[in-house]
Amino acid sequence: MSESSLDRPLWRRPVPQDEDLAHQVEHERQRHLLLDPRYPWDVDKDVLDPMYRTGRRFWVMFTILGGLLIMWGVTWLYQMNWGLGVTGLDRPVMWALYIVNFVYFIGIGHAGTFISAALRVLKIEWRRPISRAAETLTVFALITAAMFPLVHLGRTWKFYWLLPYPNERQLWPSYHSPLLWDMTAIFTYLSCSILFAYIGLLPDLAMARDHTQGWRHRMYEIMALGWRGTEREWANQETALNIFSYAIIPVMFSVHTIVSWDFAMAIQPGWHSTVFGPYFVIGALFSGVAAVILVLIVIRKTMHLEYFLRAEHFNGMAIFLLLLSFAWAYFYFNDYLVPWYGQEPVEKVIQNLFAHGWAAPLWFLMLFANVVLPWATLWSRKIRTSIPAMFFICIFVQIGMYLERYLIIPVTLGQNELPFSWGVYVPHLPETLITIAAFGLVGFLYVLFSRIFPMIPVWEVYEGQVMQGLRRIGKALVPTKSEPD
Amino acid sequence: MAEFPERKWTMVVDLDACTGCNACVVACHAENNVPIVTEQETVNGRAMHWMRIERYWEGEWPNLRARYIPTMCQQCGRAPCEAVCPVYATMHSDRENLNIQVYNRCVGTRYCQNNDPYKVRFFNFFDPVFEGPLKEQLNPDVTVRSAGVMEKCTFCVQRIRRAEEKALVESRALQDGEAMPACVQACPAEALVFGDLNDPNSKAAKLVRNNQRKFRLLEELGTEPAVYYLKGGESNVGE
Repeated sequence: MSESSLDRPLWRRPVPQDEDLAHQVEHERQRHLLLDPRYPWDVDKDVLDPMYRTGRRFWVMFTILGGLLIMWGVTWLYQMNWGLGVTGLDRPVMWALYIVNFVYFIGIGHAGTFISAALRVLKIEWRRPISRAAETLTVFALITAAMFPLVHLGRTWKFYWLLPYPNERQLWPSYHSPLLWDMTAIFTYLSCSILFAYIGLLPDLAMARDHTQGWRHRMYEIMALGWRGTEREWANQETALNIFSYAIIPVMFSVHTIVSWDFAMAIQPGWHSTVFGPYFVIGALFSGVAAVILVLIVIRKTMHLEYFLRAEHFNGMAIFLLLLSFAWAYFYFNDYLVPWYGQEPVEKVIQNLFAHGWAAPLWFLMLFANVVLPWATLWSRKIRTSIPAMFFICIFVQIGMYLERYLIIPVTLGQNELPFSWGVYVPHLPETLITIAAFGLVGFLYVLFSRIFPMIPVWEVYEGQVMQGLRRIGKALVPTKSEPD
Repeated sequence: MAEFPERKWTMVVDLDACTGCNACVVACHAENNVPIVTEQETVNGRAMHWMRIERYWEGEWPNLRARYIPTMCQQCGRAPCEAVCPVYATMHSDRENLNIQVYNRCVGTRYCQNNDPYKVRFFNFFDPVFEGPLKEQLNPDVTVRSAGVMEKCTFCVQRIRRAEEKALVESRALQDGEAMPACVQACPAEALVFGDLNDPNSKAAKLVRNNQRKFRLLEELGTEPAVYYLKGGESNVGE
């Protein structure tokens, strides 16, 4: 069959010589998307059709998520009007839920572009259908995260003083402050991620343009930047994506390292740790990969993308998740053991608080969700490929990683060098509402995006299908891959 | 700044003399327009006292002793709070060795308070309320801070400035004791002494020099505080 594969169109199923072989081929096709090409028009329709549908479910989601955003706005105005006293902040705990959300959403945002770029660099083929969902998660999570430093400011309306803009006072922001490094890193990562996602989106926008009429056609026409699919355009796109993939990986590492420096550079006991940089990067990837899996599960179900997102993808992502869980446990162990050995009085108080103080339920739930649950389940391929099980595990990883940030920020901050100023933070209604609304914002952006942009990079799937094939060597069927020049 | 000499303003707190009477706290509130928060807010951990008396118990009952540490901004030589401010709202005055807080520059990231080991910075959670006659006694030399900004002890910089300018107008050197923060002026036990460490004849410099009783709060952090505490051998407070 291998000889004939060049002569027939890609999507036409080969006619195997014997029944045994036919059975094997069918098995391989079911397992691997890239070995299962279909007629392009059908594939395009599968991706484009959910974009046109705005049924009752869409409007229900739109209303709920939009309502959450209005709730965010109203709460924020209320907080700006009365002052940050409406939140639960108190004197030692000056950073709380808003900064937890900030770190959490930056963490979520980490994985998307990283998965897409790193797997591209490593030429891992199963990444193809998931790269769009991952990249968009990065962009949306970063947008959400970028809101939180603003929500958190005492005088939000003066936020532009944090930006380096020319002004009559000749005052620039202070680059001694990790907050400024932070902002620089995040803007770099956000703009790189948007460009990276957009370059990958171009051929799909052109595809959508060629399938639509009316306002959609005009919109895609503008956004596709006149993409025609010439050899030169493909070559340029390939080059651009490769450059971005290599460049964005160090940027990704820098972003969360710098976020960790917001804490590690401070002299607060429990924060002042040299392991925070890599530890935060791993934590971010861990929660981010779990979030990407959640997004894949949701879009697969709601947009009927079962053809594209198969067991092999969940399997691959789950193995990645398990590895990250190992790495996270290793770093957490380091971060715990060194202060324990040091027995600094305040560090000891904080560790006792985690181990058997009021924070113990949170701490043990975190360890269960981040270590026990993934280690106990993800070794099994059956669980890795089971969608309900993966949904459950990934939700727990999200809870665990949220708790980790919660323990690091408001709980640790309650204890400091002088016991006179210790305190406990309890979240109040405004920051709780805004936190819920933040998840609503990510969902809202997804709901809108999924009606305008193809959620599956169709061109990447085609490309993979063209390059991959089955070759028969003796009695065995071997997947083969050709490299483009 | 040829006319203003370099200063190293410092405060000496004699813990053996302090009776914990809180007169300094009241004086500070009156001088610096420090808002008086409600009882509920105090319970919520948002009390605002630029100067506070930390009380610690020493020993076991019945041989119990209350120990007091008046705590205010330590005006660190290497202040952790200064470096982390993204907008230069808190910065160092090298000439006076003071840690300056610029209220109208502050945007309220509250990073300085996190990085302040002494926890002597105060955030305005709400707009300040001065009830009844309290409004009439606001000090015109000091800004009333709005909601969303940080504030802290300034060593009564307005009093220091006034004394320095008076001396300049009269073409003479500033005398020791002319510049005096409100807390120092109010202390009945004379437990607080304020002066310029660069002037070897000032009372503060004499107290600090070769004093076996002196220590600085959390000195091991390397913040180089400008406040010296004096205490006798039998107390462990502040260590």
